[in-house]
Amino acid sequence: MAESNKDNTKTENILPIYTAKDFTSDRDVRWCPGCGDYSVLAQVQRSFPQIIGEKKEKFVVISGIGCSSRFPYYMDTYGFHTIHGRAAAIASGVKIANPDLSVWIATGDGDALSIGGNHFIHLLRRNIDVNILLFNNRIYGLTKGQVSPTSEHGKVTKSSPYGSIEYPVNPVSLALGMEGTFIARTIDRDPKHLQEMILRCYKHYGTSFLEILQNCVIFNDGAYAKYTDKETKEDNLIYLETGKPLVFGKQKDKGIKLDGWKPVIINLNDGKYSINDCLVHDETSKDLAFILSSFSDNPLLPMPLGVFLDRQRNRYEVEMENQIADSRKKSGEGKIDELLMGNSTWEIK
Amino acid sequence: MDEKSTLETNEIPVNGNSKAEIKSVSDVTIRFAGDSGDGMQLTGTQFSDAIAAEGMDMGTIPDYPADIRAPVGSLYGVSGYTIHFSSHDIHTPGDQVDVLVAMNPAALKVNLKDLKKHGIIIANSDSFDKKNLDLAEFAENPLEDGSLEGYSVYEIPITKSTLEALKTMNLPPKAAQRCKNFFALGVVYWLYNKKFDFTLNWLEEKFAKQPEMIEANSRVLKAGYYYGETTEIFTIKFEVKPADLPTGVYRNINGNEAVALGLVAGAAKAGLQLFLGSYPITPASEIMQNLSKYKRWGVKMFQAEDEIAGICTAIGASFSGSLGATSTSGPGMALKSEAIGLAVMAELPLVIINVQRGGPSTGLPTKTEQSDLFQAMYGRNGECPVPVLAASSPSDCFTMTVEAVRLAVKYMTPVILLSDGYIAQGAEPWKVTKFSDLPEMKAVFRTNSDGFFPYTRNEFLARPWVKPGTKGLENRIGGLEKQNVTGNVSYDPENHQLMTNLRAKKIKRIENDIPELEVIGDKTAELLVVGWGSTGGAVATAVENQLAKGRKVAYAVMRYMFPMPKNTHKVLKQFPKILIPEVNNGQLNKLIRAEFLIDPISYTQVKGLPLKAREIENKIEEILKV
Repeated sequence: MAESNKDNTKTENILPIYTAKDFTSDRDVRWCPGCGDYSVLAQVQRSFPQIIGEKKEKFVVISGIGCSSRFPYYMDTYGFHTIHGRAAAIASGVKIANPDLSVWIATGDGDALSIGGNHFIHLLRRNIDVNILLFNNRIYGLTKGQVSPTSEHGKVTKSSPYGSIEYPVNPVSLALGMEGTFIARTIDRDPKHLQEMILRCYKHYGTSFLEILQNCVIFNDGAYAKYTDKETKEDNLIYLETGKPLVFGKQKDKGIKLDGWKPVIINLNDGKYSINDCLVHDETSKDLAFILSSFSDNPLLPMPLGVFLDRQRNRYEVEMENQIADSRKKSGEGKIDELLMGNSTWEIK
Repeated sequence: MDEKSTLETNEIPVNGNSKAEIKSVSDVTIRFAGDSGDGMQLTGTQFSDAIAAEGMDMGTIPDYPADIRAPVGSLYGVSGYTIHFSSHDIHTPGDQVDVLVAMNPAALKVNLKDLKKHGIIIANSDSFDKKNLDLAEFAENPLEDGSLEGYSVYEIPITKSTLEALKTMNLPPKAAQRCKNFFALGVVYWLYNKKFDFTLNWLEEKFAKQPEMIEANSRVLKAGYYYGETTEIFTIKFEVKPADLPTGVYRNINGNEAVALGLVAGAAKAGLQLFLGSYPITPASEIMQNLSKYKRWGVKMFQAEDEIAGICTAIGASFSGSLGATSTSGPGMALKSEAIGLAVMAELPLVIINVQRGGPSTGLPTKTEQSDLFQAMYGRNGECPVPVLAASSPSDCFTMTVEAVRLAVKYMTPVILLSDGYIAQGAEPWKVTKFSDLPEMKAVFRTNSDGFFPYTRNEFLARPWVKPGTKGLENRIGGLEKQNVTGNVSYDPENHQLMTNLRAKKIKRIENDIPELEVIGDKTAELLVVGWGSTGGAVATAVENQLAKGRKVAYAVMRYMFPMPKNTHKVLKQFPKILIPEVNNGQLNKLIRAEFLIDPISYTQVKGLPLKAREIENKIEEILKV
């Protein structure tokens, strides 16, 4: 049976023993000034102390290659900066071999969705209890500005001077399609929400996938401006909270309603619709999650932030340990000499 | 076919074919060949298990078609199983076949080239009909057109005799026909003066819940045996005396089984949990399949989404304090090469098994080759030294896998072990090693945080292994060049030179920790034959045969390819001539030239087949001008 979520975050009456400083390494952070990665690093360092009872030495941060993959060097935890695209595979090995650890993957859109796409999708399907922080800046930063798998169609980059002729992947839809069990999205410029989502990732048993919309100041500056500018963000973002109606806008005057299968925006002030007509978020519904995931493909709809889906399923590493335990319970712990002998021997005297 | 030639099994005469003379021979190779659905693999393993239990030394090799279920009767659907057994110590599954059991014309056609002059053919005459002859592309029936002159051909109506033996059982015809391999097995048991009790016992165990299967197969087996005894077609039967093997408990083992056991035993000896990350690939899949069964031994086998994930999960497991291992074949090695570099840079233990097959690209997946030596040595970006070992026989796969684990853990390095399709699927008796007899190799984890840095080194130049979860030793490693001692990222030119040198020196020093190269035979000879890996068996056989003929020759088998044993240069210098036979285009030969400025004679073949002792002997005789 799959378990309910872990509940050791913000437990009352127990004070955190760590501060953000305890998770900060002595290395100088070397991202470009103004990079969205700084915010993600700060929020992770602030979130980990809020996970009560998890010892610092249990945290492991694994990354692939890319700007965001420098992440482990800046965290004073166990860390492994690996090779391009393979963080998900290496993290899988770490967690399966040693399920006691709290494993975090720092990856980017190129790392996770292009060169590492295969590992990313299979990790989700196996539901190994690791946490994926996907820094999505819709560009290749470390290699200085080529088109990425999340770049928009038509995007002009150094490798697409006439505009990109491919269509972007929708990371949330992909994760849903791969039977992910925890899927969420946040943005670098909303530290509070970012922290909340990081803690939700931790709490979930199974693979947690968090897409972080992150601004690259050098090669794709302003990619998410309409979600971060004071003037426009409230009309373009919608925060998902389970049990609550889907309402957004500066004046909280817009809602989302389903017209058949089609999500449409309704005006809550026109007298025709009220908040009761709005779609109510249910983060346990895969069907709803699919509908919500399509919002980001539609420029007319607001960008959802929050938890799309949180459901329970057995975890790979737990099932593997159970098979070992069951087998030992049934036939006893294996002796090496017994294995070497095999089933059919003869003796020469 | 003539009705009279079928046999009424109910009318077995009590007195057997007493006229058959028993001839003592010391060395026999038998091949069972038939359609892939004819049960030749089972027949072969039954015979080999039975004779092994009598104390023969032997070697076996299966030969499957590449297609899972090739069309019945076709040339490419032929499946074979070869057993070489002997009253003396042997090293290979045999070059040439003494007895060929051909269940159909295609099996005869495919295998005739391997049959010795004057060899024995036992043919299922029932299958030599127009349809099967056409499928095998025979214009005329070879049993009738005289083309098999010179061989001893025994035509036996195996199908009809099988059906006849089962007549009273009312089995569906297809099920009855399927028993015919046991008729052939019975005949061969008789021909080699063996009891069939071994197989009867096996049937009783195997089909404990299906008594009609026991009955049917036993009947057919006995019918085959008594056919040899009662009909007078055979005038001779053979006897092979047991070999003089060292005392002890033995089992049969093939190379893939031995690798799986070696990983489990090696990890246990190191005090580590074993994690195998692998992706299915011929001919290595059996390793992952076997390990997936060993749950009671705590083995974690992870079937990855691809070859890269196979090695990367293994690296992750090693990073977290387990023994990571991955098994594959050449194409998989190609995909893993970047990750091997990561393990070199991160200095983590890792065992990489390459069961070589015919290449390049998809090549010949079911055939054998030794052509990945250069890939193992050099197939990575950067200066990237990795120890390379090569197992020389099926049972040596156990020894060398344990050795790979020992070196990986002690030196904090990935280690590549080369096996190949030939020894992976070939089997031989193995005197079972006791766990307590394995070398001590306990892994040590750093737990003390005083003065800890991830890239300090011990007397073997190995860096400390730290298990995540250890308090106070949090540290970061990775594929970027690391500053000596601190492990911080470093682009300093002098540091890169220093670290490159340190990594090379660490691996080179392993030469102080491995056995020397042993010369067997005439140490004053003019010619030294150097085999490596699976070619070792054929080299040993060839040289022993030549020594028996009084020739001045010696041999050595290399199992440590990098670093090579410390005395290698000294040994090679002692001999005026060196011959290196290998199943590639001369890769070891080139390595020896590059390393020692010695110019050996290269003898190579790339046909997807192991080298034959006879072929090496011919070359030796050519060089010695005899």
